[in-house]
Amino acid sequence: MEQFFAALTLSAGYNTALVCIGAALLGAASGAIGVFVLLRKRTLISDAVSHATLPGVALAFIIAQVYFDSGRSLPVLLFGAALSAGLGVLAVDWIKTHTRLTEDAAIGTVLSTFFAVGMVLLTIIQSMSIAGQAGLEGFLLGATSGMLKSEALTIAVAAALVGLAVVLRMKEFSLLCFDESFAAACGYNVRWLDRTLLLLLLGIVVIGLKTVGLVLIIALAIIPPVAARFWTDRVPVLVAIAAGIGASGSYIGAALSASAPNMPTGGLIVLVLFSFFVVSLLISPVRGILAAALKHYRFQRIVHLRQGLLAIAHDEPVLEPLTRSILRRGGFMGGDGQPTVKGQSEARLIERDQKLWNLYREMHPEESHALADWSLKPIGEVLPADTVRVLEQELSPHVVRGDETSRGGAA
Amino acid sequence: MDIFLQFDLPSILLGSLAALACGLLGNFLVLRKQALMGDAISHVVLPGIVIGFLFTHETSSWAMMLGAGGAAIFAVLLIELIRRIGNVEPGAAMGVVFTTMFAAGVVILEQTGTAGVHLDVEHALYGNLESAIWLDAYSLSDLWNWQVLMTLPESIKQLFVVNMLVIVFIVLFFKELKISSFDPLLSASLGFSPKWLGLSLIVMVAIAAVAAFTAVGSILVIAMFICPAATARMLTDNLKAQLFISGIASLSAGLFGYLLAAFGPGLLGYEFSVSAAGMIAVVAGLQQVLAMLFAPHYGVVMRRRRQRAHASV
Repeated sequence: MEQFFAALTLSAGYNTALVCIGAALLGAASGAIGVFVLLRKRTLISDAVSHATLPGVALAFIIAQVYFDSGRSLPVLLFGAALSAGLGVLAVDWIKTHTRLTEDAAIGTVLSTFFAVGMVLLTIIQSMSIAGQAGLEGFLLGATSGMLKSEALTIAVAAALVGLAVVLRMKEFSLLCFDESFAAACGYNVRWLDRTLLLLLLGIVVIGLKTVGLVLIIALAIIPPVAARFWTDRVPVLVAIAAGIGASGSYIGAALSASAPNMPTGGLIVLVLFSFFVVSLLISPVRGILAAALKHYRFQRIVHLRQGLLAIAHDEPVLEPLTRSILRRGGFMGGDGQPTVKGQSEARLIERDQKLWNLYREMHPEESHALADWSLKPIGEVLPADTVRVLEQELSPHVVRGDETSRGGAA
Repeated sequence: MDIFLQFDLPSILLGSLAALACGLLGNFLVLRKQALMGDAISHVVLPGIVIGFLFTHETSSWAMMLGAGGAAIFAVLLIELIRRIGNVEPGAAMGVVFTTMFAAGVVILEQTGTAGVHLDVEHALYGNLESAIWLDAYSLSDLWNWQVLMTLPESIKQLFVVNMLVIVFIVLFFKELKISSFDPLLSASLGFSPKWLGLSLIVMVAIAAVAAFTAVGSILVIAMFICPAATARMLTDNLKAQLFISGIASLSAGLFGYLLAAFGPGLLGYEFSVSAAGMIAVVAGLQQVLAMLFAPHYGVVMRRRRQRAHASV
């Protein structure tokens, strides 16, 4: 626990601090890029990208080892990863456009075949019996414990660059996500924009390989945007929140794994991110479950109160238990089930309001359809004063003639 | 000969049976655009397997199968829940659930100290096809000897049962599966709910994935759910023909993949053998590439040629 707080406050050694900061930057950048991938509904392409890195890593290792005797050099491995992941993305696109197979089948094919090639290459590496191949296992699930200072620095800088690129291209990417044809009409090269987006995603995946591992890196690009989506409908805010969630989740996860031996960094980061997602799902004021339940509860109260008061106005008995309890709590009904004086007067008001609404619906059927919750609010709050005045003038002769007023007056 | 029977044949059987079970069901996943469900399920079974293992401390036990099946169903329900309640796009909901459950599996594995001793994540990804051995076989006639056959590794027998289950499921519900895959609305109006059929298909997928997963690893499972079915889809428009072709493609990938992995490097003069599960998936992928290029009607090369013929006329 102490170690965890030490790591959290960046006082558990220079290397740990660097790893945590690198993870946070990585989380921020991947959260930001993930927003656009999510909005384009291509979330799972990142799965293909991440699995397609393996053959590149393995091949780069073999080539670097055989020709330069420096298989563990991180930049070389990452370069190989980027090349094969790029090839994977192109393959998905090719299958999708040139054959009758759909995108999900294309993604599945590419991820499994590329990964399988990587597996075969890994077994070849194992049989080559070279020292230093243990580092490759770290690419599967991420290992920050043995990370060199220079590696951590590379990751931090690269993640910051990708994040910056996303922020600079935010406008174009939003356009691409929401209205592709409009973007094309505005003169943007849509194909190229799409490629840029995927290229940035690819960059994040490759950078994250060492920290989070290739199986789980896609969570970094999926979970923060999905969680952020609960909080807002505006793209810049969405990007900011997703980046924030990604950064803090990765930071806490990396600190946790630094404080306990044998804890896989990638797994912990994903679990922390998921807890953020659950919290967002539950308590977000915009689209969360709690907010939805509260909204439903309020709506239910309004409907029941209004129906109850209307029933009182029409001298009908109120039998529905929920309506009765709401009326009683509001002081509109006594304990014996009889309306109170306050209830009577409120019922008059509501009845008149309802009549005005009914009249409005008769006169302007098309407009009242457009009002989502017509007749649930007092009419004066929804419609302009002059419209209400016209309605009242229209209503009064009917009211005088109708027998409802006399009954109401008698009560 | 007995070396082949004792070491190679069980692995070939294991790989081919795993491929067949997944490959047949994959047809419906591909048609329903749910191909990545296989991917998701083969990831989410990890925590189930680990927890099942923690209960019994035995590998390839029924507790592990049960845990994995439970995890798969739990994941499907969770995906559906997040999709409905959170109004999240299906692909994203799937991504959230399967990465989280896989992460949970990894963390439990490392935390309880089972890692490296009995189970490890690499094993879960790559499988352990080569470890299947059948020491009681000495000659070809043993293949017809019931008593000796019963000494085949447990995982092969499990997969055999699962294959039977899959085939019975497809034969029994062929009509229903067909209609609900192509036209869910028609299926609903005819009185068989596409929702229940979809769920039972997913349960079958989970069973096949779990049985194959412990033997051959998750990557081969994903490959087999998609590649043979996609290969067959390139070659035919008839669902029955597609099922047959995908079955043949699965079996041939299992056979040739293993042979290439075991003897391929030897033919090239190297002394090692490569990952059989990986090679089987690679062969399945290559078959698909061939089908995508040279399929008689839908293949890219043939279509180009037809277009050119049209243009010259």
